[in-house]
This record gives sequence, structure tokens and C-alpha cells, in this order.
Amino acid sequence: MIINKNEIPSLLDKLAAEYRVMAPVKKNGLVEFAAIKSGEEACLTYANTKKPGKEILFPQSEELFNYTVDAEGVRMQDNVDPTSTIVFGMRPCDAKSLVLLDNVFKNDQYEDVYYLTRRNNTLIVGLGCNEPAATCFCSSMACGPFSKEGSDIFLTDIGEAYVVEGISEKGKELLAKLGLAEAGAEARAAAAKLQQEVKADGTINIEGLSDKLGGMFEHPFWDRLHEKCLGCAACTYLCPTCHCFDIADEAKDCNGCRVRNWDACMFPLFTLHGSGHNPRPNGKARWRQRLMHKFNYFVERYNATACVGCGRCIKNCPVNLDIRQALADIRALD
Amino acid sequence: MNTTEKIRETAKKLLADKKVDLVVGFAQGSLPLRSTPYFARTPEEAENLIWSATCENNLANFLRKRPEKTAVIAKGCDVRAIVGLIKEGQINKDNLTIIGVPCEGMVDRKQICELVGGKDILEVTDTGAELILKGKDFEQTVAKADVMFGSCKTCRYNTPVLFDELIGEAVPAREADYGDIEAFEALSAEERNAYIAQEMQKCIRCYACRQACPMCYCSECFVDCGSPAWIGKSAKSVDDNALFQAVRVFHLAGRCVDCGACERACPMGIKLSLLNRKMVKDVKELFGAEAGVSLEDPPALNTFKFEDKEDFLL
Repeated sequence: MIINKNEIPSLLDKLAAEYRVMAPVKKNGLVEFAAIKSGEEACLTYANTKKPGKEILFPQSEELFNYTVDAEGVRMQDNVDPTSTIVFGMRPCDAKSLVLLDNVFKNDQYEDVYYLTRRNNTLIVGLGCNEPAATCFCSSMACGPFSKEGSDIFLTDIGEAYVVEGISEKGKELLAKLGLAEAGAEARAAAAKLQQEVKADGTINIEGLSDKLGGMFEHPFWDRLHEKCLGCAACTYLCPTCHCFDIADEAKDCNGCRVRNWDACMFPLFTLHGSGHNPRPNGKARWRQRLMHKFNYFVERYNATACVGCGRCIKNCPVNLDIRQALADIRALD
Repeated sequence: MNTTEKIRETAKKLLADKKVDLVVGFAQGSLPLRSTPYFARTPEEAENLIWSATCENNLANFLRKRPEKTAVIAKGCDVRAIVGLIKEGQINKDNLTIIGVPCEGMVDRKQICELVGGKDILEVTDTGAELILKGKDFEQTVAKADVMFGSCKTCRYNTPVLFDELIGEAVPAREADYGDIEAFEALSAEERNAYIAQEMQKCIRCYACRQACPMCYCSECFVDCGSPAWIGKSAKSVDDNALFQAVRVFHLAGRCVDCGACERACPMGIKLSLLNRKMVKDVKELFGAEAGVSLEDPPALNTFKFEDKEDFLL
């Protein structure tokens, strides 16, 4: 199917009448996903959002439940969010990250009702990247500028119009209702050409990396990797696959809520025990955790690498600690 | 020899003569307009050191409580922080060799990125006064002076105030200019509140500002304390985000060296230096004190003078 670019605002208006539509918008000098009221607000020419798409399903700070204590006891209200949502124009790296996060929030040991309720009520419209940035390395990470994994519907920008593909059953059902025109052979060919030819940096070889890391826990490599790291959470908070969280109660008098906040393995407080002991007491142990979690632990547990190559950690690191370089250095080790 | 070559020579000699075990400086970064902190421990590694207009981090951050004999390639603001940290007992002066580099100012990659409309910059050539930016389908020349960090534009201590060796010639100090702060002070309380709220709304509480600050080194920051929880841990309360910054600024009163490292580190582009510089200006006006400009000056908050202004007290 196909839709002209000048028809996008009215399509979004139509969708927004029935669904909560989250789209990239420019706000305070940043592009971020926000619920839009009018299709005109959407900005689809962005390279990528500052914050990763994970925040739509797994917000940075999420009130799990509220509670009130009074003479009759404790009253609790669960904050599960079942709003039907369409995420319009998510980049393939972020869409793929959701597939990876599904493993964490739904597995044989645990099902997270907050995440899964959102997930089941959310439809992802992916948007291919005609011009991947210099920091993008999705093509190295089992993803790519036109990877459709995680998208229910997929858009390819062919200039004046988007070629629209239904990917999942959910996506195809929605498309059937929208009544878009069929794409002509020329448009389909243009989209196929882009999908085939546009690549991001695909030179980062992670073949065998997980096994190698498995034997590297005590390797002297970790002694220096972290040296310049400041220990902030720019890389982890802006990472679409980092998913560690901390839970805190925020209460005032008899009213309170339990909040789930993103946590970061770069913080000294991360995994600090009540006893005062910390199994990851320094930058070395924390950086080892970060790399191991992405490229070894996650692979062993879920058979996938917890990195989609979006490059946000590279762009936003205050000291230019480049994960691509770290991976190349590990590869070069004997 | 250019500055980079002189830095390499000096660092190699210090390491070869075993005068120091480590030289902290900068190496070429992995992206255009980026350099990266670098730790050279051998004369061979010293070959990777560089100097450019992108050496934006404050390296004093890496010098606290170092056990080994260390040399640092330090620009003016790094040295101000070093002076502050020596006075606070965080750096042992006898173990540190300061290789000072007079600084013409560092360029702000975020401003440059905005200038080219967010397009990907793939190659940058520094011609001295200008940068030639090249991307896939564009080439643009910008004057470095136009895209300098705010803190560099008004820096009065671009030539280090303390050094064991100075690489290159001292550069003339710039005029102190608090025009940005005066403009902010002139706003109404409502306008100031609205501005701060707009900035703090962007905060993701990654604490890059705190971590990048050479003077922020509490072993437990008040925001991290769980019991009592002085402040909410979530990022969605704009008031809490502002409270975090406000307390940070107060804790840096008389200690902030106005290097701008906090603002440079912020991934969200929050104008953090506004609050810090307001405090820097107040401390200077009220007590005539500037942090990190002399080893002898007593710290502003550790001093009482009979003529100290007290009209802000109740």
C-alpha cells in the first residue's frame, strides 16, 4: 500500500480519534515520542529520538500503584494502563529493542503485568531509515535500517510518499480498515531498492563474542576499559535495551505510591546490598557488567544480543567511550 | 612543533625518566568534534596524546586520590579545579605534575550540530580560526569563536594559574561577562520559574552533570540517600529535578570553578551553567572570592570577615 506524505497528518488525526497516538515530536529542542492531538505535530524527518522507544512501554518512572491509609485500613489502586496505543514512526532499532525487552518482561519465571498490558495494547508503525547516521551500527547487530522485526506496520520513505507494509496480523487488520491505495510497481520497486541497498555500519563483528566474553570475567582487559568513564547513566538510560530498574516508595503522610524507576549499572548504588557490600564495587566491575549483560548474559538467557546498534550511547557519552571500540578491542584480544 | 607534538614530547620524557607513572590527557575521539580522555603509562602510549579545540572534559575529575605519580595535560579550567581540589585535600600536590596548556576555548559540538540543522558531520578540519564541516551533501565553514562553549567565551583564566611546565605562550585573559546572568536576573520571578521548569523538564536524572563535575565528589550524594529520602528518585517531578540542581549549586558555592563541565556532559542539553554562574557571580560580588585561582586564598565559605555582607540574612 502507499500513502502520500501530505496525507499523513489527516491519517494521524483519524487514528488519534480512536487511539492514543504516540509520534515523534519536537519539544524544547529535542525530538521525543509524545501523545499527539493533531497529526501536524508529528515530525517524521527526525534521525532518531533522544530518548529510546522503550520508554513508551517501560517508562523511566512508572507509578505501579497508589495507596492510602485511613482508619478503615489500606486502600490500593493498581495503575495498569490498557489504553489502545499506536506508535507511529518508530525507527527499526527501537522496534527491535521491544522484541528483546519482551524476553525480560515475559518469561517462564515472571510476567510483568504493567509492561505486558501496554505491550498487548500497542501497535508499532516502524519507519525505515534512508540515511543512517555515522553512529548507527544496527547492520552489525542483527537489525538494520529496514529491519521489520518488532513493527506491526512498516513504512518506507520513497520521497513523496511512504510505501506501507502490513507485517503482523494486528498490523494487517488495521491496514484493512484504513483503506489506503495499493502501491504501484514503481513505488514497490523503489521501496525494495532502499530496503536492499541502505545499510548502516555493518563491520562490527560479534560472531563468537558471547563465548569469548564467557571466559573473560577475570581478564585484565577490564582493568582499563572503564578508566575514563564518569559513572553517569547517559548510556544506560538512553539505551533502548537497558532495562534494569529500582523500586521506591514515594509517600507523604498517609498517601503514597510505589514507583519503578530506571536504574543504571554505572551507579555506585546499583546492586549495593543492605549490608554495605557491593558485588560491583568499582568502575571496572560496573563496565564489565554492562558489556557482559548485553553480549553474554542476555545471549545465554535469551539467545539474542541486547544491543540494537542505535548509537545513542556513542552520541551521548560525555567522554566518548565508544562501545564499538570496546567490542573491537575485545575481538582483537588473543 | 605544534601543541600536540610538544605535549607528546613532554609526556614521553616524563614517562621515560620515570618522573611520573601516568599522564592524563586527551586522545583523538571516535567521532568528528570529539576527543576523549586518555591515560598514557608508557612513552609509546604518550604518542596518542593530542590537543585540539575539542578537549572539552575537565580532567581534574580523574586526579582525585590518585595513588601513583601523575602528570596532567591541563587547560585553564582544569587547573582551577585542581587548585580547588588541592585545597580540599583531594589531590596531593607533590604527586602531581601540571603540564599547563593555554586555552583559546573549546568548541561546542551541540551548537555546531544545531547550526548545520542536525545533519551528520562526517569530517572536520580546523584551520585555526575556523572549522570546515563536511557531511554527505554539504560543506560549511564556521568561526570557532561563534561556536565556543558559553563558559569559554567568558573565561578569565584560559592561561593556567598553576603549572610545572607551560606548553606554548600565555593567551590574554577574556573579559568577565555575566551578561547572561544579568539578563536572567532581570526577569520576573514567574519568568525565571517558568524557564527553570522548562529546562528541568528535560532532566532524566542520569547525573552526568554531577559525575562530570570535578568538585562533586561526595561519597554519597544527597539524592542517592534512601533513608531519609531527601528527594524523590523519579525523573518526572520537575520540582525534584530542580531541587537536585539547586542543592548541587549551593553545595558548590564558593567552590564552582565555572568550567561548564556539567553543561557539556548533559545529554539533554539543559542550560545548567545558568544556576552555577549565578552563584559564582554572587560569591564574587558578595565576598570578592573566586574559586581555584590561587593556592593561598582561603575558601570563601571557610572564611569570616567582619565586613562580609550580611544583608541577605534574615
